[in-house]
Amino acid sequence: MDLSLSTRAEGEHTVVVVGGEIDVYTAPKLREQLIDLVSAGSYHIIVDMENVEFLDSTGLGVLVGGLKRVRAHDGSLRLVCTQERILKIFRITGLTKVFPIHGSVDEAVAATD
Amino acid sequence: MTVSFTPLPEHVRTARFIAASVARRAGVADGVLDEIKLAVSEACSLAVRFNLAHAPSSPVELRLIEDPKRFSVEVADSVGRRAPDADGEVAFDLTTDDDRVDSVDLSGHERLGLAVISGLVDDVTVEYLAAGSVVTMTWPLG
Repeated sequence: MDLSLSTRAEGEHTVVVVGGEIDVYTAPKLREQLIDLVSAGSYHIIVDMENVEFLDSTGLGVLVGGLKRVRAHDGSLRLVCTQERILKIFRITGLTKVFPIHGSVDEAVAATD
Repeated sequence: MTVSFTPLPEHVRTARFIAASVARRAGVADGVLDEIKLAVSEACSLAVRFNLAHAPSSPVELRLIEDPKRFSVEVADSVGRRAPDADGEVAFDLTTDDDRVDSVDLSGHERLGLAVISGLVDDVTVEYLAAGSVVTMTWPLG
């Protein structure tokens, strides 16, 4: 399965729904999406990863890049993920301490930390 | 089984599926297959990046080795180099703006990729030879 991307507004947040596989081939599409959003003034982004089937360190790098871009505008980048197989690579790389990771989009929208 | 493929990002997905498929047939537990896919993806992504940058006409080699007690995957590239600096840190640099997939900072990708592999696989070795590097990952069977 290739990568699928869609966006929608949730209040002041922009939710990016990602599906499929994020790897060295598909990660540039996610990178471009995040760059486009920040360029268009979306600084509070929620990346919904519940439909992601595969994620490797290239994908993590792109998410970190997105985080850096929104932080430059005092923004936020939150993740929605409950899949253990995806969460594992965040733990291995220590990124659970860098990204706020939520159990649902509603929870991410309501978060204020 | 040995698979050689041109060093292009689109082939990494195929490589990890082949590895997982052969691993399943070899008797690797289902719960381990996701780890194999991720580890193979990391190793193949690194090999693709290095060959693409320094030896684009050289294929990446994926070797899948079964024996009664273990399943091994070797991923070989064609770029002789030293091991990356072992600073012991698995950290993303949050201060730079270099998250490009074609980033020239290959050593950063290499440190991160190998750190992920080490976090997933108990038995992993990396050889740095004149002809290129070989990542060997082994999982027990049964």
